[in-house]
Order: sequence, then C-alpha cells, then structure tokens
Amino acid sequence: MATGTTNPFSAATIPAVGVQIEGLSKSFGNLEVLRDVSFNVEPGEIFVLMGPSGSGKSVLLKHIVGLELPSAGRVLVDGLDASSEDTREQVRMAMVFQAGALFNSLSVYDNLALYLREHRVANEAGIRDKVMRALQILSLDNAAQKFPSELSGGMRKRVAISRALVMEPQLMLYDEPTSELDPVMGATIAEIIATLKEEYHVTSIVVSHDRDLTLAIGERVGILMGGKLLFLGTAAELRSPKDPKIADFLSPKIDLKNPRFKQLET
Amino acid sequence: MNPFTRTLEGIGSTVLLLVKALSHLPSMPRQFGRFVDQCYLIGYTTLPIVAILSFFIGSVLALQAGYAAESLGPKQFIGLLVGLTMARELGPVMVAVLLAGRVGSAIAAELASMKVYQEIDALVTMNIPPERILVLPRLLAVLVMMPVLTIIADLVGWFGGAIVAKYTDFIAIEPASYFATMRQYMDFGDVLNGLIKAECFGFVVVLVCCNIGLNTRGGPREIGASVTKAVVTSLISILVLDYFVTKALS
Repeated sequence: MATGTTNPFSAATIPAVGVQIEGLSKSFGNLEVLRDVSFNVEPGEIFVLMGPSGSGKSVLLKHIVGLELPSAGRVLVDGLDASSEDTREQVRMAMVFQAGALFNSLSVYDNLALYLREHRVANEAGIRDKVMRALQILSLDNAAQKFPSELSGGMRKRVAISRALVMEPQLMLYDEPTSELDPVMGATIAEIIATLKEEYHVTSIVVSHDRDLTLAIGERVGILMGGKLLFLGTAAELRSPKDPKIADFLSPKIDLKNPRFKQLET
Repeated sequence: MNPFTRTLEGIGSTVLLLVKALSHLPSMPRQFGRFVDQCYLIGYTTLPIVAILSFFIGSVLALQAGYAAESLGPKQFIGLLVGLTMARELGPVMVAVLLAGRVGSAIAAELASMKVYQEIDALVTMNIPPERILVLPRLLAVLVMMPVLTIIADLVGWFGGAIVAKYTDFIAIEPASYFATMRQYMDFGDVLNGLIKAECFGFVVVLVCCNIGLNTRGGPREIGASVTKAVVTSLISILVLDYFVTKALS
C-alpha cells in the first residue's frame, strides 16, 4: 500500500495520513446520530462509508474535518485530535461537499485560487499554473472563467474536486460525490476518485450510498445504520453479506405485494 | 431556551466574533482589495439614500421649528435647532438605521446564504477563517465610512433646512442668518459627538449582522428569518446604544 502522496503540482512527496475513529458518539439534543462508532482508515486507502439516508454518514465526515465536535469519543487524523484547529494547520484535508459548496460570488478560477492566495502558497504566476493544472486534470480548462451558477451538476462536482485537489491534500473526503448525477457522470466521478488515489496516493474517505461506486473503487467499506457501524470489511466481503439488513440495503427487492411502507404502518 | 438566555448567548457569540475578527488584524494589509470593496458597498452605494433622507429630515425639522416659532417668536433659532438636532442625534441615528436596512440586511443575507449552502464550512476546511475574510474587512470599512456618511447627512440636512427656512412664507429666514446662529452656538464638539455615536452604531450594526448571518442554521427559510432578525436586532441595538452613548458623552 502506498504511503506517500506524489504531488501533482511539484516534485515534493507528501506523506499520506491515516484516520482513527474511537468510540465516536454524537447527539443533537435528544437525537442520537452516532453511537459508539470505531474504525481506522489506513494511509493511502480508499474507504467508503455507506448507509441509508439519515444514518449519520455526513455527520461523521464533518467530525473528521473538525466541523462538528464529538459528544463522546474522539477522532484522530494522523494521530492529532481532529477537533483542534492546530490539526487543520498541520494536516492538509480537503472536503468535496455534496452540493459542491462552491463560492457563488467567485469564478471557477478564483474558487480554486482562493486557498493558494490566502495561504500564500505561490505568486500569482505560480497560482495560475497550479489552478490550470488542477482544471486540466478534471478536463475543466474551458470552465475557468465561468461562475458556479453557469455549471451543470456534474461540472460543479468536478470543480469541487479540483478545488480540493489544488490544496495538495493528504486526506480527501467526499460527501455523496455521485448523488444527483446521471449514471455516466457518476462513473466518471468514481474513475476520478480512483485515479487520484492511484496516481497521487491520497487517503480518501467516500460517503455514499452508491453500491456500484463502492464495489468498484472501495478498498474497505463501513456501513452505518441508525448511527451504529453494522459492517466493516473489504469490498469483496461486502459482495456476500451475512446480515439480512445489509443484504436488503445493498440489493433491495421491490415487493409490490407486501410493500415496505405498509409494513411500517402495521 | 428562553428569550433571556438567547439574548445572553447572542451577546456572547457577538463578542466572541469580534475577538476572533480582531485577532486577524495583522492580515489586513493583504486584504486591502476586500476593504476597498466593502467601503464601496457600505459608503458609496448608501450615499444617495442618505442624502435624500437627510435633506428632507432637515427640511421637516425647519418646517416644524417654523410652526413652533410662529407662536413663540424666536425664528432665528431655527438654524441652531436644525444644526444641533442633525449633528448630535438625527444624523448618526438616521445613517445607522439606513445602514441596518440597506447594508446590514445584505450582509446577513449573504453570510446566511453562505452558511446554509456550506460555503462557510468549505472555508473552515480550507483553514481560511471566515472572520478574517468576511468580517474584519467589513468592520474596518464601516469604521471609515460612517463618519463620511454622517458628515454628508449633517451637511445635506442643514442645507435642506436652510432652503425651507428661506422659501417658506411664514419663516423667511435668509441662509446667512440661519447659518450664523448655527456658527454662533454650535462648535466642533457637537459634530464630533454625533460622529462618535455614528461609529458606535455602524460598528455594532455590522458586527450583529455578521454574527446572525454566520450563525444561521437550516435552509432558505432561515435565511429570510436571519435577515429579519439582523435588522430588528440592529435597530434595537442602535436605540439602546443611543441612550447610553448620549449619556456617556454628555
């Protein structure tokens, strides 16, 4: 397994980082969203976190980047507490948000350049090179001067990935990267995630309920249901699940004679 | 959470936001462009409405003072009344109220929308503190633009009063006489008093609106609710602060 990120923008090698989730619980008021969740993500690995809507996947992802604080337990990124601001100083993490979270008042170019300018990574010429390189990787060269409102859903996702990539991250987090996309665009995004891992060895955590994406690119998979981790294993192990709940989640059967919503009513 | 606790929490989070924003002061030279943009938005775009309103407030003040002077007598004090009222009270309060309605609502809407659509979260994950690029330039811009807007409001208000005083039949005071009483009984301290008030009001309005915008949670409906809350809180803050600053300066 690769343990270093070959920087796409320079010759430097950045060490990939691992993530440890230890007994993580999170409640919003009386609502318990995560319940004693524990697992590790190895450096350079693609880990896919699956689960039905509302199972706590996105909340868990927010804990890793320090946007949420645990009610109990802890999250460590490269051995550092993820809730500490110092961790974001020391570990370069990038998150691809479900809706892109692009800055609507900035052009695509400025969206990508913002991080580089604010952190004074390079002069304006250097920033231009890095931004154009990131846009090229995702075939977005012609979209540099467009504004987010002018982009299609698939392009917004790709711009969001480019914006994350330009940060030269050690850890990439993807929140539902293929949701709201057509099957071909979904496959393209999956290929991009796998290529970034293959070529640059970034540690990737992907939150998704896309079974095809998970089986195609996931090295290890966790399945969250009702805030609990019900499955943790390899993508190969997921192909023949023993737990009937997981089997039903992965391959739900449409039963018109005994529909689920009627079972819930009784 | 009861209203008292909510108010205390609001004050606490506003103070915390101020401390965080001020901690990024050393980054200001690099943010000169953002500062200029905010000066333009806060100052230049607010100027026409400030000028129109202050002209008519000065005019109305002169007219009302004229009605009162008809029975009481001393018409020559109309200039002093308009001058003092505009400089010490109505100028700063009116500019602050316009700022809350025009700029404060826009700030709250923009930041609330950025929060709801996860742009603020994206900034945090990029290790770019929102207080540095979204709050600090606005706070410094309002500090620079409030005295400018207030002085213009004062001047236009005085001018409006002078026109009404000259061309209203039952007042008919020449501008020379109108401004002479102003010069005789007013000094720079009166104008300065108003400028200090304006600085306090403007700073609080922008800070409150930034804080409410950044603490928005939910969806599009909450963006609207945040704008309403920001404007109402700003107006209440202006009037409460007006009493205390007036008392402190007297």
